Amino acid sequence: MKLSALAHSRTGDKGNTSNISVIAYDPADYPRLAAHVTAERVRAHFAGIVTGAVTRYELPALGALNFVLGGALGGGVTRSLALDAHGKGLSSALLDLEIPDDPVLPQGDARPPAPGGPAT
Amino acid sequence: MRTVRMGAGAGYAGDRIEPAVELAEKGEIDYLVFECLAERTIALAQQARLRDPGAGYDPLLEARMRAVLEPCRRRGIRIVTNMGAANPGAAAERTRAVARDLGLAGLKVAAVTGDDVLDAVKAGEWRVEETGGAVRDLGNRIISANAYLGAGPIVRALAEGADVVITGRVGDPALFLAPLVHAFGWAMDDWDALGRGTLAGHLLECAGQVTGGYFADPGRKDVAGLARLGFPVGIVDEAGTVEITKVPGSGGAVTLATCKEQLLYEVHDPARYFQPDVVADFSAVRMEEAGPDRVRATGARGAPATGLLKVSVGIIDSYIGEGQISYAGPGAVARGRLALEIVRERLALTGVATRELRLDLIGVDALHGERLAAGREPYEVRARVAGRTDSLAEAVRIGNEVETLYTNGPAGGGGAWKSAREVVGVVSVLVPADLARPRVTILEA
Repeated sequence: MKLSALAHSRTGDKGNTSNISVIAYDPADYPRLAAHVTAERVRAHFAGIVTGAVTRYELPALGALNFVLGGALGGGVTRSLALDAHGKGLSSALLDLEIPDDPVLPQGDARPPAPGGPAT
Repeated sequence: MRTVRMGAGAGYAGDRIEPAVELAEKGEIDYLVFECLAERTIALAQQARLRDPGAGYDPLLEARMRAVLEPCRRRGIRIVTNMGAANPGAAAERTRAVARDLGLAGLKVAAVTGDDVLDAVKAGEWRVEETGGAVRDLGNRIISANAYLGAGPIVRALAEGADVVITGRVGDPALFLAPLVHAFGWAMDDWDALGRGTLAGHLLECAGQVTGGYFADPGRKDVAGLARLGFPVGIVDEAGTVEITKVPGSGGAVTLATCKEQLLYEVHDPARYFQPDVVADFSAVRMEEAGPDRVRATGARGAPATGLLKVSVGIIDSYIGEGQISYAGPGAVARGRLALEIVRERLALTGVATRELRLDLIGVDALHGERLAAGREPYEVRARVAGRTDSLAEAVRIGNEVETLYTNGPAGGGGAWKSAREVVGVVSVLVPADLARPRVTILEA
């Protein structure tokens, strides 16, 4: 499924750095976001756009993640040649990320249902 | 417990004005705060001031003051704003003139100055945060340097009885923190209180972005009434708990989701949100619904300020020339790509030196590149060429080459458009806080 089914997102900009929040509609889905939306996956998703490091900050109390993407705005909002110099649309692009349909269960819990098994 | 009610009347320089009037008339607020100064705005304002010593403040200052001064006076609402931009003194004089015009005798208008540290930054040995290079090497390209001031001078102005406080560059949340410090007498080393006030300010500073603006996504996140979006009211108590709401009946929505998105907007490490007065910590913030269109946020903390101020340095960066043209119907994408290749070749043939060149097909790959774009053929595309040059004359030639596609390019190109502009960039420098010497001047109508 697409990340957009579980989470909403907003992009902010400072200089040449973009931050993208990923917020679970239902805080119960936060562990799934934390498991599947890693800094590495975000970096790979934006290959060719982001030239710097991607850092992830976790906010379990809000059911949210915050990604900080260095070198993401074509040299900086004030001088970029890009149509969307602020990178406002990056949040929508991130919500296009594919994540597994099966919920992740916490460590030590029962195994996830077999594929094709009854929905839980 | 005592509370202070603050309305956010603008989230950027060009923002709508009626929502601020609605807050003044129906928001039952004590303060109306306008945040109107983006990173680059003050550099452009400084250029305007160099051309005309009476200019350099927000172009909508007069329209906003004409709209809200009378209702604010009538209801005892005090106004705080950074609409002074590069010239808070002239903005205060203009505001006094509007007040006199409206018959508001005795209205006290304060100007906060001292954020302009251009001379000190030009004279000293400073390092550019983004590049690590020396500020000195920027030489004559530097056009402005403004330090982000804290809440202190605004608090002083309020203590001296100002009805309107007009600043240049201050930390955006400080515009909201100052009324809280003034009203509750928070000590400037009560870090947790300052952290909570900063949370309130951060949630409010972009106005409609916390009440349903910049949020709607039809089918997933529906928001009613965006054409008459209500701007937020923040209700803060003495302990620093903040509730965000809006005028009943206005458009938009205040929900956990709108508030969470705004909490993380333009935040990097949520545990270290650097401000002039405090390093705020939002990492343990909790939110809960406190009623219809009402969300309560608690759990912000604070750590001692760093003693450094961020300075935004405006520099003449380059020139950008741009042109666009549209193609539709069968083969639109192929004709758009052909158009881009023709312009690329023309710029080389005619010797336009670009330091950087971008060729986009709007509707296909302009925003996020070819890889993330789906492989479907759109009905229409818009070819876009943008290039960075060292002179305006060369920048003009980029758009010209797109325009000549009318009679020289692929079939059916329409709606050509071109522009060329000077680019003012912004870099940051950290300086000791005592380099800036804030001053408060009060005018009376």
